[in-house]
Amino acid sequence: MNLVFKWKWLPDLAQGLALTLELTGLSMALGAVLGLALALLRVYAKGPLLPLYGLASAYVHFFRGTPLLVQLMGLYYGLPALGIRLSPFLASLLALTLNTAAYQAEYFRGAIQSVKSGQMLAARAIGLTRLQALRYVILPQALRLVIPPWSNELVYMIKGSAIVYLVGMLDLMGRARTIGTKEFRMFEVLVVTALFYLALILLFTVALRWVENRTRIPGLGVPGRS
Amino acid sequence: MALEPWLKVWTNLPSFLQGLSLNLALLGGLLALGLVLGILLAILEVYGSRPLRYAASAYVWLFRSIPEVLLLLLFWFGPARFGVRLSPFAAAVLALGLRSAAYQAQIFRGALRAVPAGQMLAARALGLSKFQAVRFVLLPQALRLSLAGWGNEFAVVLKDTTLAYAVGVAEVLQRARALSVVELPLTLPAYFTVALLFLGVTYGGLFALGALEKRLRIPGLEARR
Amino acid sequence: MLLRVEDLHKRYGREEVLRGISFSLEKGETKVIIGPSGTGKSTLLRCINRLTEPDRGRIFLEDVEITSPKADINKIRAQIGFVFQDFNLFTHLTALDNVRLGLMRVKGLPKKQATERALRELARVGLADKAKAYPAELSGGQQQRVSIARALAMDPKLILFDEPTSALDPELIGEVLSVMVDLAKSGMTMLVVTHEMGFARSVADEIIFMEKGVIVEQGPPEQLFKHPKHPRTAEFLRRITELYGGEG
Repeated sequence: MNLVFKWKWLPDLAQGLALTLELTGLSMALGAVLGLALALLRVYAKGPLLPLYGLASAYVHFFRGTPLLVQLMGLYYGLPALGIRLSPFLASLLALTLNTAAYQAEYFRGAIQSVKSGQMLAARAIGLTRLQALRYVILPQALRLVIPPWSNELVYMIKGSAIVYLVGMLDLMGRARTIGTKEFRMFEVLVVTALFYLALILLFTVALRWVENRTRIPGLGVPGRS
Repeated sequence: MALEPWLKVWTNLPSFLQGLSLNLALLGGLLALGLVLGILLAILEVYGSRPLRYAASAYVWLFRSIPEVLLLLLFWFGPARFGVRLSPFAAAVLALGLRSAAYQAQIFRGALRAVPAGQMLAARALGLSKFQAVRFVLLPQALRLSLAGWGNEFAVVLKDTTLAYAVGVAEVLQRARALSVVELPLTLPAYFTVALLFLGVTYGGLFALGALEKRLRIPGLEARR
Repeated sequence: MLLRVEDLHKRYGREEVLRGISFSLEKGETKVIIGPSGTGKSTLLRCINRLTEPDRGRIFLEDVEITSPKADINKIRAQIGFVFQDFNLFTHLTALDNVRLGLMRVKGLPKKQATERALRELARVGLADKAKAYPAELSGGQQQRVSIARALAMDPKLILFDEPTSALDPELIGEVLSVMVDLAKSGMTMLVVTHEMGFARSVADEIIFMEKGVIVEQGPPEQLFKHPKHPRTAEFLRRITELYGGEG
């Protein structure tokens, strides 16, 4: 049994890697914006805004309770039935964004709720408005607390984005499939691809650990992160 | 939206349920594999000698860092490359089960560490061996403590069973795809139906696990969350 | 008259926490509220700057009605300092930034001025050298002094203290009380809920004894401690003296 490796696979895979990074980066960023909005609704929407709380909750439960692949295929193959035709890239980006937003919403919500209630009280007591208290007191703390679960989510999305090859994207995984098929070396190419993912995830984990340490403040942290 | 496509999809419900039963079989297999291997890895990580600890940690890191769908393809094309034929279903159980072992190991490791150190001391003081102490004192507590985390893992791997679609297992997503290829208007209702089925199983399962957790609850032994 | 509270009522569910509280506070006066725990003292303080909304009754700060729905509550709160039992310093901000936040965001002071003012207040409570420290790096007593500086920086007309020493280790209580004594002497108007009878006796112009949501008795310390009119007051004072030692 002879395993074969060819250097010429690497540039192709690197191109796929760029697309994987683009999809992950964009969806994480857009998902953070949407996720934060959902989290704020889930924590603060009361009284006349209660329907918005309900909508946000339904959104979060739906997207967390169904598989990402179903969401992707539903959007890509399903929307054309409504006359909306998305390119594979847009469908992938949309599915990844909508999905990660639901998860990030829960991380943000957890972080906001773990800021001690006295903080809001003290902020209001010196005369800050609710919005100012959120902006200057609650969110700066919550955003630091959210870094550990957020890095887990990033790792999850780097991995999760690999399914977009199933709608024809040439991301890292997609490149691997085409090279493997062309060269009749699927297993070898997949192993090399796995190494790409491992390196990528190692890099991001280390980088985010660094950010976490840089932004650490004594007395503000979650003991016992998994 | 017209009602007719929905009705058409729902007349095919038996086919969906057949597909879903494959997802559930896959789920059962991979959770069982992950449970056994995960407990073993956790014990190694907490109580093993240094090399064993490192080996277990390396395993966990490796299987947490490779995309699930890539693992699936590796276990599909890998054995074939070495002349071993696995069914797509077996490849999926293996790939997803080994991945789940890594996550379950983390859950059990956390739970083992959450059991107060005095428990091990007291067990050893009675004359139990280290293995007996783990088996009769530590694990029964740790397993209860890990139920919450385990529920989380259940919800994650349940959804991951759809990835078996990538190696051609005739699971529920395959059924939706097959149906929607025939008629475009059926597409959205078909995928929506799959989504609803998953919502049902996910929240049903989590509810059942919650009930189990309540039944197994012992005063004074609570997961600190 | 600086503060006037008229017939204040508050209930939580079925429990009536405040049952018609009325009193007033002159400028420069220090009043101390004492009473058993769970009698609504903290609720009363929180109603005064409407961190808790009262159900009934009116509160005036000078001639402005705090309880009016039209009141600009954030502007009013900026004029009433509040010192919490558990400090509630902003966890993510240094001592300096804790004091500066209100100056910059509520009063709109430019950064340079806010910094100068904040440093002056920190010096006043004896913590100029801790400006760069985060709350978690300070002792409880130091945290409480920073929180007093945070209140002082806003130039409040009145400061409310909600059991400011109850969460402190015994050896740290003194440093906080001495800051409060200095404040009272400097003419600050203060309303203090506390179990520190020594402080109450030596600093208060008047003591209010509250029980079960009503004011049982109020008067100058000497009168209240030596010749309480109400048997409940005498009973409470006897118990608290046993509990906290012979200062009373």
